[in-house]
Amino acid sequence: MRVLLVDDEKELVEALAERLGIRGIEAHWETTGDAALKRIGEEAFDLAILDVKIPGISGIDLQRKMKVKCPDLKFMFLTGHGSQDDFAAGSSETGEDYYLLKPVHIDELMEKMKKLMSE
Amino acid sequence: MNHRSDGETGTGLQFFGKMTASISHEIKNVMAIINESAGLLEDYTIMAEKGVPIDPEKLKAVSQRVSKQIRRADGITRNMNSLAHSVDDFHKSVGLRETLELSVGLSLRLADMKSVKLDLQLPQDPVTIITSPFHLLNLLWQVVDFAMGASGGGKTLRFTYETGPDSVKIRVTGLETLSNLSEDAFPTEKEKALLQTLGGAIFLDAKAREIQIVLPKDLRQKSTDN
Repeated sequence: MRVLLVDDEKELVEALAERLGIRGIEAHWETTGDAALKRIGEEAFDLAILDVKIPGISGIDLQRKMKVKCPDLKFMFLTGHGSQDDFAAGSSETGEDYYLLKPVHIDELMEKMKKLMSE
Repeated sequence: MNHRSDGETGTGLQFFGKMTASISHEIKNVMAIINESAGLLEDYTIMAEKGVPIDPEKLKAVSQRVSKQIRRADGITRNMNSLAHSVDDFHKSVGLRETLELSVGLSLRLADMKSVKLDLQLPQDPVTIITSPFHLLNLLWQVVDFAMGASGGGKTLRFTYETGPDSVKIRVTGLETLSNLSEDAFPTEKEKALLQTLGGAIFLDAKAREIQIVLPKDLRQKSTDN
């Protein structure tokens, strides 16, 4: 499974990518929406895990743009935002199960990723 | 604190809510990084127990990452504490430099989200004014929020101040598209109410692409004059 993590917190995605790597997941990361869009145009990914708030673009808008480029790509949100509006917007795109709040336990994340990929 | 109308209280609560939501988001990010760093240490421990050699540099990198996030969290909570205590007194002597540093510190993440840089270019000489700290922070945020939308392609707002005999002038420059906006775009009723409370005034200079905020050095004196 190839995963793209998109979050402006570089140290978070670096650490998370390494932890996923230890668990056999090939995880890459980007810190801006533009870089993420470019990356999925150049490489194939199975899953993208996005923050809801990214500089210059909302995670929801980024997901829509990524979906146009890669219709088969699956999505999850991992965010620090817990507002009802953000949850409603994000979970309507991915389903409530795949809208996770930071900090998340790695086992829960792995479980959700496997579940999503099996759907 | 006193001297507040219902409308003013609503504006103040909106500002307080905006800032605390931004602060809580940042703290969540800090916690998430520390969480993953602790998780990595756990992963390394399990690997070591299985006989996989661990590069000491990796442990050092995780330790440095945690220390950096602790310093970051300390800065965030200091700002939050200063914001919380800004409502303690209606009239208080505050350092202009410290107030602008706090205002920019509180606005940084929100500016990041709009890809706008906030740059402080403040004089070394300390200047103190007697004002309402909470209302001043609120006004500064309203100015920053407006200025971010008018920063155009430059995307950098610079803050400085100068002092006169009875007043101080805060200048926010870098509003590249200010001349494209109608004259009544800013200040709105919200900012006008804050200016009235603070005894100040705002001037827009489209040619210089800047906003000037003029405040009395002693709000108590201004209140007496009025």
